Amino acid sequence: MLNAAALRLSMGGRELVRDLDLSLAPGQCWALLGRNGAGKTSLIHALAGLRAPQAGAVALDGVPLSGIGRRDLARRVAVLLQDEESDFWGSVLDYVMLGRYPRSKSAWGRDEEGLAQARPLLAELDLGDRAAQAYRTLSGGERQRARLAQVLLQDTEVLLLDEPLQHLDLRHQAQVMRALATRASAGRTVLAALHEPGHAARHCGFAVLLYDAGRASLGRSSDMLTQANLEALYQCRLEPAGARSFLPS
Amino acid sequence: MKAAPAVVLLLVPASFALAIAFGGVDLAPGRLGEALLGRGDEIAREIVWGVRAPRALAGFACGGLLALAGCLLQVLLRNPLADPAILGVSGGAAAGALGAMLAGAAAAGVDLAAFAGAAIAAGAVFAFSLGRSGWNPYRVLLTGVALASGFGALVGLILALAPSSQVQGMLFWLLGDLSPAGDPTAALVVLAACAGLASSQAGALDVLILGEDKARSLGVAVTRLHAMAFGCATLATVAAVLLGGAIGFVGLVVPHLLRLSGVHRHALLLPLAACLGGSLLALADTLARTVAAPAELPVGVLTAMIGVPVLLLLLARLR
Repeated sequence: MLNAAALRLSMGGRELVRDLDLSLAPGQCWALLGRNGAGKTSLIHALAGLRAPQAGAVALDGVPLSGIGRRDLARRVAVLLQDEESDFWGSVLDYVMLGRYPRSKSAWGRDEEGLAQARPLLAELDLGDRAAQAYRTLSGGERQRARLAQVLLQDTEVLLLDEPLQHLDLRHQAQVMRALATRASAGRTVLAALHEPGHAARHCGFAVLLYDAGRASLGRSSDMLTQANLEALYQCRLEPAGARSFLPS
Repeated sequence: MKAAPAVVLLLVPASFALAIAFGGVDLAPGRLGEALLGRGDEIAREIVWGVRAPRALAGFACGGLLALAGCLLQVLLRNPLADPAILGVSGGAAAGALGAMLAGAAAAGVDLAAFAGAAIAAGAVFAFSLGRSGWNPYRVLLTGVALASGFGALVGLILALAPSSQVQGMLFWLLGDLSPAGDPTAALVVLAACAGLASSQAGALDVLILGEDKARSLGVAVTRLHAMAFGCATLATVAAVLLGGAIGFVGLVVPHLLRLSGVHRHALLLPLAACLGGSLLALADTLARTVAAPAELPVGVLTAMIGVPVLLLLLARLR
């Protein structure tokens, strides 16, 4: 169980999250929604122990993240970051295999166990035939799926994902959301920052809405993702799209 | 592409063989073979074991140190243009060495002044790169570039003030020259220590390429890794500069040659870079000693003349 208690986050003098209490339990899939700049990335970084909150604390099974060794934490919590500065020279499989670092015993030799896990993951994300290709020759969407495969290979109990659907086409958006929902069904904890409430409603049982000025509300997606809440969240009028809008099944 | 490690490993003995076989004095194969076995005439033995072998080892150590430092700096700064000169350490050593030459110091004094200049530059980069939030690679880059520019100006001033009789010696120092290189043992020890320490963190260095936050999320102690990489790169650069002066290009090009040849994992890249950098410099030094014998050319000129076309060729093949 990943818990945030009385969490306060600010950036550049702007309050992003104020007094947030959040409990992410095993088996739950959470959507994190909010306008650009609302603090989704900062919240994910704080939950992953990548930034210290201004106040409050984050704990994993009751142990503050600051009290867990970096490598031990990496075996339990995986993060997909929104941006990645990467000039990676190896193949797609090499890139994905970096997700094994927290469990690797040596940089030398072949990690047969990791390879056995990586290949089905690449196939699951439609990258099975790209394994030997140079990572830097992939398209943006293919890179995003390779990054997801790397995170999934980390094989952690908690998955925190900052905009996992960026650069992805409709087919692969559905594929990734199904992959995340499957992990949640298998007992993992998933939290994903999303921009499409339809995906959140279909695949995530719970939602956190981050409003401006640090206010947040959270609960079951069926209660949170209402037209009124979403209009307040995005500060714009919404209307049912009906037959003009499609979400992949 | 898969052949790169084997080629590099073959290059090491080949470069030593050529460095020992060729020089200003022609040694017939029979005489050379006798001398290698410790037999034959004393002059040949002295040329082989007293001059050429230590010089080949000095070249290997110097090139290996520069290539290792280049590898580490390119991943530390996540900048493909990073090379040992970027730390300002080479510039600091050059300013110190040339200042001592201008003051008429003996060889030991020049070495000491070069070491002092390198230490001041490394200390300044270290001090200015530690921000409130810890280590900052961008500050390393900016401080190093600023220091290198400052030392470059100082070197220019010394060259302008120096009498013409001293200028050639100074230019050889600046272009890189292994002729005054003494006992390479200390440099070889530094090379082995830095290569061993850096290779022990090879997996973490692989992950660091993905960025600091990603590396942290994968369990890397990033601040400690930065300190190790910076410390090894600085030590390697100082040791190389003290041995061969400001030899350029090896630290920049060798890591790229290997990456372009398909070697990217640091477990292989670091030791191969040390071997390739060492072999190339030993070969370049053999050429520097023999091309215009009995005169010697600055080895730094030859490293650039060999390295530039090879790198451009590899880049063209990958286009």
